[in-house]
Amino acid sequence: MSVDPGYYLALAALMFTIGAVGALVRKNAIVIFMFIELMLNAVNLVFVTFARVHGHIDGQVLVFFVLVVAAAEVVVGLAIITVIFRHRASANVDDVNLLRR
Amino acid sequence: MTADILGQGFSANLAPWVIAIPLVSSMVLLFFGKRVGKLAGVVASGAIGLSFVLSVILFLRLIGVEAGHETYNLRAAGYHGFDWISVGGFSVAFDLLVDQLSIVMLLVVTGVGTLIHVYSIGYMHDDPRYPRFFSYLNLFAASMLLLVLADNALLLYVGWEGVGLCSYLLIGFWFEKPSAANAAKKAFIVNRIGDFSFLIGIFLLTTTVGSLTIGQINEHAGAMTAGAATIIALLLFGGATGKSAQIPLYVWLPDAMEGPTPVSALIHAATMVTAGVYMVARLSPVFEASGDTALMVVGYIGAATALLAAVMACFEYDIKRVLAYSTISQLGYMFMAHGVHAYSAGIFHLVTHAFFKALMFLGAGAVMHALAGEVDMRKMGGLRKVMPITGWTFMMGWLAICGVIPFAGFFSKDAILASAWASGDYAIWAVGILTAFLTAFYMSRLYFRVFEGRVIVPEGVHVHDVPPSMAAALIPLGVLSVVGGAINLPSILTLEHFLEPVVGESRVPEGLTPWLLAGAALLVAASGVLIARVLYLSRAGSLRRRKLEARLAWLVEPARNKFYVDRIYGATIVLPGKRLATWFADRFDPNVVDGLLVGSGKFVARTSERLRGIQSGYVRNYAATFLLGVVVIFTIVLAKVTL
Amino acid sequence: MSDFPFLDVVIFIPLAGALALGFVPKGRDDLLRWGALAVTLIAFVVSLGVLFNFDMHDAGFQLGSKASWIPDWGVTYSTGIDGISLWMIMLTTFLMPLGVLASWTITSRLKPYFIFLLALETGMLGVFASLDMFLFYLFWEVTLIPMYFLIGMWGYGNRIYAAMKFFLFTLVGSLLMLVAILFLYFAAKGGPTFDYTKLLTLDLATGTQRWLFLAFFASFAVKVPLVPLHTWLPDAHTEAPTAGSVMLAGVMLKMGAYGLIRFGIPLFPEAAKEFAPIIMGLAIVGIIYGALVAAMQKDLKRLIAYSSVAHLGFVILGIFVGTVQGMSGGILQMVNHGLSTGALFLLVGALYDRRHTRLIADYGGIAATVPIFAGLFLFVALSSLGLPGLNGFVGEFLVLLGTFFSYRWWVIPAAFGIILAAVYLLWAYQRVFHGPITVEENRSIPDLNWREVAMLAPLVALIVFIGVYPKPFLERIEPAATKVVQQLNGGSTTTGDQAEAP
Repeated sequence: MSVDPGYYLALAALMFTIGAVGALVRKNAIVIFMFIELMLNAVNLVFVTFARVHGHIDGQVLVFFVLVVAAAEVVVGLAIITVIFRHRASANVDDVNLLRR
Repeated sequence: MTADILGQGFSANLAPWVIAIPLVSSMVLLFFGKRVGKLAGVVASGAIGLSFVLSVILFLRLIGVEAGHETYNLRAAGYHGFDWISVGGFSVAFDLLVDQLSIVMLLVVTGVGTLIHVYSIGYMHDDPRYPRFFSYLNLFAASMLLLVLADNALLLYVGWEGVGLCSYLLIGFWFEKPSAANAAKKAFIVNRIGDFSFLIGIFLLTTTVGSLTIGQINEHAGAMTAGAATIIALLLFGGATGKSAQIPLYVWLPDAMEGPTPVSALIHAATMVTAGVYMVARLSPVFEASGDTALMVVGYIGAATALLAAVMACFEYDIKRVLAYSTISQLGYMFMAHGVHAYSAGIFHLVTHAFFKALMFLGAGAVMHALAGEVDMRKMGGLRKVMPITGWTFMMGWLAICGVIPFAGFFSKDAILASAWASGDYAIWAVGILTAFLTAFYMSRLYFRVFEGRVIVPEGVHVHDVPPSMAAALIPLGVLSVVGGAINLPSILTLEHFLEPVVGESRVPEGLTPWLLAGAALLVAASGVLIARVLYLSRAGSLRRRKLEARLAWLVEPARNKFYVDRIYGATIVLPGKRLATWFADRFDPNVVDGLLVGSGKFVARTSERLRGIQSGYVRNYAATFLLGVVVIFTIVLAKVTL
Repeated sequence: MSDFPFLDVVIFIPLAGALALGFVPKGRDDLLRWGALAVTLIAFVVSLGVLFNFDMHDAGFQLGSKASWIPDWGVTYSTGIDGISLWMIMLTTFLMPLGVLASWTITSRLKPYFIFLLALETGMLGVFASLDMFLFYLFWEVTLIPMYFLIGMWGYGNRIYAAMKFFLFTLVGSLLMLVAILFLYFAAKGGPTFDYTKLLTLDLATGTQRWLFLAFFASFAVKVPLVPLHTWLPDAHTEAPTAGSVMLAGVMLKMGAYGLIRFGIPLFPEAAKEFAPIIMGLAIVGIIYGALVAAMQKDLKRLIAYSSVAHLGFVILGIFVGTVQGMSGGILQMVNHGLSTGALFLLVGALYDRRHTRLIADYGGIAATVPIFAGLFLFVALSSLGLPGLNGFVGEFLVLLGTFFSYRWWVIPAAFGIILAAVYLLWAYQRVFHGPITVEENRSIPDLNWREVAMLAPLVALIVFIGVYPKPFLERIEPAATKVVQQLNGGSTTTGDQAEAP
């Protein structure tokens, strides 16, 4: 007996939307980070679901890739945020628009 | 090459040396002038003198000891130098040609040239650029000799432009004077306009005849259509109007008097300005081939120039300028002769004119030399008493140009008038006789004012006659002005017959007519002299002059202003040209052309400036755009899949 | 015939010399100067080997070598010259020592200066010797960088603007050419190749040819420069140091004309034929327009720059009229222009060294203070205005004659340019050298010194030599020129034998 894959996909879509909206709306870099993680995990869920549906291992392998990349990204990203915080005592992304000029 | 007439008896191997000797001397003086110093004059005169000797040898070879009294054949010798420009089917060689026509010119150029070189030794003695002067003079001689000896039209053109360059250098010899520098530039540029026409004539000759050698051109000229021949002849004559100072390009010659006087004598009287006359005679078959059109133009332009310049000469006070207008007028006379097919008469007048006009220029130079550079004839008078050599020799020149029998000018002028009459073109004859009258008048005016009457000299000037070196040129030229006409006396060595093989026979009137014509010419000359005497030597002269001037006011004003020709050229060609060029240089090029090119660059820069605004720098905006992009792409893909 | 690879050695001697100069210790300025002079002189001597081993009866490419370079992309190192490139190479190696001599007065940052100058020489030589499109493009772009720095670092006044303008103008053109080269690369028969001789066998549709020709033309026309793309030239010429101006006018402008002869016409003959009237029209406009604008310039160097526009107009006219005379004259005129304009820039540079101004109005009457200088300037000006007996006349005459054979009426405006040349050169000469001295400083200008005479004397000698005896030049140019003319005319030649036998 198994759950209909549609539920998983719906959950994943919900998680992705929350993540996307959150990443766009929030200003604190750490919070944005967490929303990005949410989006990544939504994608992971989709991968796993389809791996199960098609009986393929490929999707699960990709999940591992995403996890590793996300971890690396967090390391680099948090480091950058920390440095910026040290310089400007703020983690607000709107303050960081130096590249514009 | 003129292989067909080569090897007819004599060798022209001396011909290149005639050119090379003055050329080498010129280079030596140019590079080592300081070391040569005051010897420069002797070196230069020696070089051109040597050329004269070689020319005489060539002449003797040409007439040939064995020739005896047999009929004159076309006796010519070529000298083959080297290939100059040779590409595709086109080839021009560095070849020289010695025939009757070129030998006459050769003798005149080197002979009169030598005398003027010698004269310059004295005249230029105190000039700081003494060696340079002689270097240029020798360079001129070399170019002129190349022009005369050239065996093809292009080589002739080399000499043609070469003499133009030397004329530029020598007119501008005292370049510190802005007027001299201006005159030099004007001479070169006006000549270039003529050369432009000449060059296009050469191109047309290349395509229609297929060869540029004089022999080939003259041989095949008859095969051209009259139309082609007319166009070519007129283009060539266009070149002649520049070099020989005819309407419409004569304007440079009066200004050219800014140069040292020996230069005016050599270049602007005796030799260079006659290059056009020589060239037309040289290529006479082309002019003949056009039917009557080209020669008619030549004749009428010559006649118009002769008359116009003579009128201007009557009202000029600068002695050198009077002589300059007189030269223009006499050159017009020579073209008149060409215009009525009387090439040999034209060349004859060229030769005698070289004698007496060079003489008078040198005399004028002697006067300037004595009077500290004064050229205004109102400030001098009676000079024959204080400078006898100059005065007496000048008198020979004056009588010659007036056409008094038996002086040289009488014969040559008479030959032209007779040919004009015989050709049936009485208009040209009438202009000729009118010009002869005016010539006698203005030359007498000049002579009486300067040399006769009460002695007038500027304040504080110690008048002295010429030094020996200058006398050494004046006296032979004086003698030649007296007896020069003998070269065309019937039954002696006659120039006309001598030149006949090259330029053909001239028509002369028969019977009693020539005597009547000669009588008329004499009468006219005498009246010109007499009127001048009444106006300038008699007591009531100045009063009569004033009356006459008042009556002729309509003519005097325009003539004194050179008929406004310079001003008209300035207003119609020079000024608009300058305006256009200025507009191009200051407005069009920097603003329009560069503006468009740089503007296109600026457009790119401005566009990217605007596009840059999209990059807000907020991560959120980038992410939102990103998301939007994904949604759009996703929608499109989905739509494609489902439809 | 010797087997020594003269050509390839000549190309790389300057580069090797540039590397060697890099090791000269600090503070040894004289060593740098003499070293650079030695390198350029050696290059010249070796190039004489090229000249003497050149077989003038062979219209094809010779004396070159070929080696595989980047085989995966079909790029080869392939060189070779014909009668056209021969003289361009000789001109380059001849002018370079003179350029070095003219640089004697430069004192700042000598080492990079000479390194750039020598690198420039290798680039220019490479352009003229390459028979591989990739190699050609490489050298073509290589010349850009040293020249950019020469103008930008050692130039005068507004040098940054001038350098930038020069760089951008030429770069835009050459990028279009790059696209066309890549198109050819992929269109080549028997697999992609950059090999010029193989590309010659391409049979392109006329429509394709048209676009490719225009792309090449864009690059070359900017370089020549053809009106209306000339505006970079006055700025670059004026602000460049003397040696830069000499090289720019003497050699780099010819790269454009050379490119048209070597690539534009042979690769796309039909398109070239089609566009010929338009290009000739532009050339004639350039002759007149360049002369008129030159006449009104207040700056001597700008005047010479605009005169270059006029002279190069003659070159382009000759190239496209489709007669052997025109083509040969155009090619000879490239050499002539290099000599006389090079000499003019050297002279103006020498004058600038003395008075630190190029404005005509600051002079007047200096023929009295500097007679040798004045004489040489006049001499070179006469060569430039085409006085018969000097080099300029032979080239201009042949171009005009060639034009007359095929486009009779076009000669009139073109020959009118000769009158204008006399106007602007003599007028400028008068304003600088004649008349009374008006500026007090001009009374004490020193005349030319021995170094300057030594640098001008070879030019003077060649100017006279070509004017009097151009045969050695013309007979080497003619076979190659005939070939290109045949290509332009689609197989047939038009020569001077148009006269009907009487």
